[in-house]
Amino acid sequence: MSVIEKQSVAEIKARNKELIAEVLKVYPEKTAKRRAKHLNVHENGKSDCGVKSNIKSIPGVMTIRGCAYAGSKGVVWGPIKDMIHISHGPVGCGQYSWAARRNYYIGTTGIDTFVTMQFTSDFQEKDIVFGGDKKLAKIMDEIQELFPLNNGITVQSECPIGLIGDDIEAVSKVKSKEYDGKTIVPVRCEGFRGVSQSLGHHIANDAIRDWVFDKIPADAAPRFEPSDYDVAIIGDYNIGGDAWSSRILLEEMGLRVIAQWSGDGSLAELEATPKAKLNVLHCYRSMNYISRHMEEKYNIPWCEYNFFGPSKIAESLRKIASYFDDKIKEGAERVIAKYQPLMDAVIAKYRPRLEGKTVMLFVGGLRPRHVIGAYEDLGMEVVGTGYEFGHNDDYQRTAQHYVKDGTLIYDDVTGYEFEKFVEKVQPDLVGSGIKEKYVFQKMGVPFRQMHSWDYSGPYHGYDGFAIFARDMDMAINSPVWKMAKAPWKQAPKPLLQAAE
Amino acid sequence: MTQSAEHVLDHFELFRGPEYQQMLANKKKMFENPRDPAEVERIREWAKTPEYREKNFAREALTVNPAKACQPLGAVFVAVGFEKTLPFVHGSQGCVAYYRSHLSRHFKEPSSCVSSSMTEDAAVFGGLNNMIDGLANAYNMYKPKMIAVSTTCMAEVIGDDLNAFIKTSKEKGSVPAEYDVPFAHTPAFVGSHVTGYDNAMKGILEHFWDGKAGTAPKLERVPNEKINFIGGFDGYTVGNIREVKHIFEAMGIEYTILGDNSNVFDTPTDGEFRMYDGGTTLEEAANAVHAKATISMQEYCTEKTLPLIKNHGQEVVAFNHPVGVTGTDAFVMALSRITGKEIPEELALERGRLVDAIADSSAHIHGKKFAIYGDPDLCLGLASFLLELGAEPTHVLATNGNKHWAEKVQAVFDSSPFGKNCHVYPGKDLWHMRSLLFTEPVDFLIGNTYGKYLERDTGTPLIRIGFPIFDRHHKHRYPVWGYQGGLNVLVTILDKIFDEIDRNTNVPAKSDYSFDIIR
Repeated sequence: MSVIEKQSVAEIKARNKELIAEVLKVYPEKTAKRRAKHLNVHENGKSDCGVKSNIKSIPGVMTIRGCAYAGSKGVVWGPIKDMIHISHGPVGCGQYSWAARRNYYIGTTGIDTFVTMQFTSDFQEKDIVFGGDKKLAKIMDEIQELFPLNNGITVQSECPIGLIGDDIEAVSKVKSKEYDGKTIVPVRCEGFRGVSQSLGHHIANDAIRDWVFDKIPADAAPRFEPSDYDVAIIGDYNIGGDAWSSRILLEEMGLRVIAQWSGDGSLAELEATPKAKLNVLHCYRSMNYISRHMEEKYNIPWCEYNFFGPSKIAESLRKIASYFDDKIKEGAERVIAKYQPLMDAVIAKYRPRLEGKTVMLFVGGLRPRHVIGAYEDLGMEVVGTGYEFGHNDDYQRTAQHYVKDGTLIYDDVTGYEFEKFVEKVQPDLVGSGIKEKYVFQKMGVPFRQMHSWDYSGPYHGYDGFAIFARDMDMAINSPVWKMAKAPWKQAPKPLLQAAE
Repeated sequence: MTQSAEHVLDHFELFRGPEYQQMLANKKKMFENPRDPAEVERIREWAKTPEYREKNFAREALTVNPAKACQPLGAVFVAVGFEKTLPFVHGSQGCVAYYRSHLSRHFKEPSSCVSSSMTEDAAVFGGLNNMIDGLANAYNMYKPKMIAVSTTCMAEVIGDDLNAFIKTSKEKGSVPAEYDVPFAHTPAFVGSHVTGYDNAMKGILEHFWDGKAGTAPKLERVPNEKINFIGGFDGYTVGNIREVKHIFEAMGIEYTILGDNSNVFDTPTDGEFRMYDGGTTLEEAANAVHAKATISMQEYCTEKTLPLIKNHGQEVVAFNHPVGVTGTDAFVMALSRITGKEIPEELALERGRLVDAIADSSAHIHGKKFAIYGDPDLCLGLASFLLELGAEPTHVLATNGNKHWAEKVQAVFDSSPFGKNCHVYPGKDLWHMRSLLFTEPVDFLIGNTYGKYLERDTGTPLIRIGFPIFDRHHKHRYPVWGYQGGLNVLVTILDKIFDEIDRNTNVPAKSDYSFDIIR
């Protein structure tokens, strides 16, 4: 189906440039000028993808982005399982983000674990008028009484909190003192702050720094005997169990994972992290801030890794091992060798079914680049990609390590642009989120949700790659796509002249 | 290693493998600082007790697992029910991402909606510029025939005035002066999604009927024989509206469905993405003022809309999400009374079939206790239907139900001997429901997807009826209204009852004497 492989890179570049010019035509002039900065065709050897990023979305376009609250509560804090996260403000934000990200965990929900619950202050008009601080204090008392085994509380601010000037910090301090120093974390992640989820990640990271790390006395004894091989997994949200299929590899190579953030994470693990010898960082975008802080303050190095697909996994295991002694280096080789037969079998089975297929991606702040290697392991090519909330350094990493010459790049893509791009490029698969899923499926284009793995997963690690490969095959080669056009309406309507 | 290429294990089985089990146990023991298992067990048991229930019900500030969403969701739901209408939410953009996701997760359909993407500067200076640019962009890009504006809590807290903003935007040329931009203020800190439905529906009708925000003369009502129908916020809108149309057509009634989103949430996969599909035409929306009467299927979704309509001289009739025989009887008889049309034999036959089905099956439901939660009208409809089946709707709970609603539910209880020991819980949440299910157990729970946590904790089997249903597919395509819809609800309840009977009788040589093949 794909037309890409039949064209030269020069032709593809020309086609993509033409496409960008075409989608820009629909906007009013001012908007077209602004959007033009976010769309580009990648040129080999460039240090970034040549697009502006982390800039306000344009009003009235269908942006795929979320907000700071989504970044803090939905991504960073929400998965910390033994703390209660109050969605502070009106009922909606908590309701819509309730258990939607599939951050798997082990625990007794409602008793000592609270991830798939929705705690809200359910703001009413009087709370807006008179302020919500008293209510917040009372909520904390009620939490203490009804959920006595909670290990801490966070306050996730929704839009009105900052606007009406509530002092959630003061309430948190008073209550913490009242409950013998209980960890209570106010988070100023109101949805209007910043331009996307991204600022929410940063704010959440800062809250960990200020209200968890800084609370620990420097001489506090760790809860466990430290070892030379202690690492912390940072920036894995355990979607469908991703962090587990990652953790098992680190442990098999001889490291000891003393903390996991934030999927299946606990307050104790957050507190233990400054004792790690190395922080291994999966989602750079959402947690580089706290990793940098730990490097500065505690002298803990950090290293990015990518556990999508065998090529990147092997590369990452070796990179992580390079921070340790020969024992760990040998461990990495042993792990790579151990899983090689599984990887060979997965690729032997699925590659012939996927070879040459093209993919267009649009995801958050990590996967638009990280999954490219996994597709390539299966013989597939990513022909377009972009970030919801990536920053310039994400585009640098993308350009320098992941994308090929001529790849279509679209930052903060609007619904309109994405539809047009897919319509014209005709990829074999689109990987994006729930809001995009049905649009493309209606168009007859196979789709996988690359935020939630379409309720499948894990996709990380060697075990995860088997699932990833199966799912991509399932999506692309499902018989349903042959049925999309009624047989009596089969007259072809190619938008671009395909060579086949 | 348990994973294999031949038989790919996903999360269901993968993590049950011994190596993962060992890893997770180690993690917990060494790093999570876990609570003493005996203490966890003690609290778990305590949380089931009457003592805990009392503390739980004494809560005044905290809400846990509420069964309601916020106003703007309802406004978006209304807007897409009009021909080529784009919902435009004035406020911060994350909200729109949430509404679109929430609706897509329920309907398994695209959900189109734009935001004015207000950020810090708008918080300080107001969102006028966002409105001016936003309307222009939305108008140019998505070529809607109408843009329906609603607000989020942010825009409401800073006090943005939609009427003035839209007027100014038109003056600045964002959209043509005569272009339809109805609006509704829908603060998330007032009411719930059903309130938002009400406000948005009222806003749209007011726009067309009362002079388009001062840009056109008010419509003069010239009464005709048509009937307007308003469905209210309804997770079954696709199946229900089609069923209601079938009833109108069977009766030969001329009708207008106001906010008909049955097609936009049920578009085909045929190679084309339809951003807009179906919907009440703008002409129909305007002409609806001339109708003889307006029927609201959900009173609590139209608390402000109906008085507006009534003030224009029409009769208004409100139902509470009727389900089943008597509920549907009341609906079709009201139609017949208002229009003077006979109820056709076709509907009498459908009715007879539903009664037949109840007669065949009610023995399995009779005397069973149910807990119900959901939106106020849905709870009323389901409670009435259960009483009609000889069941006891023992706990009826609506987080967005008020005192007035509770009185109505009590009246339903009082109307039947089966309602004698039943109780209504306005303003309570699903954590309250959990206490109820532990301290006064019932046989079955009826509610939306979130009830699966209650099913797990309390062992009460969940029958999924309501909104949202995320974890089961395609339910929204089957009506719950009309006699046909009543049959669907009956079958949904029966399927769960039979599954439970089988589950409880399937142990060989122990309980399988009742493992019957004929029931």
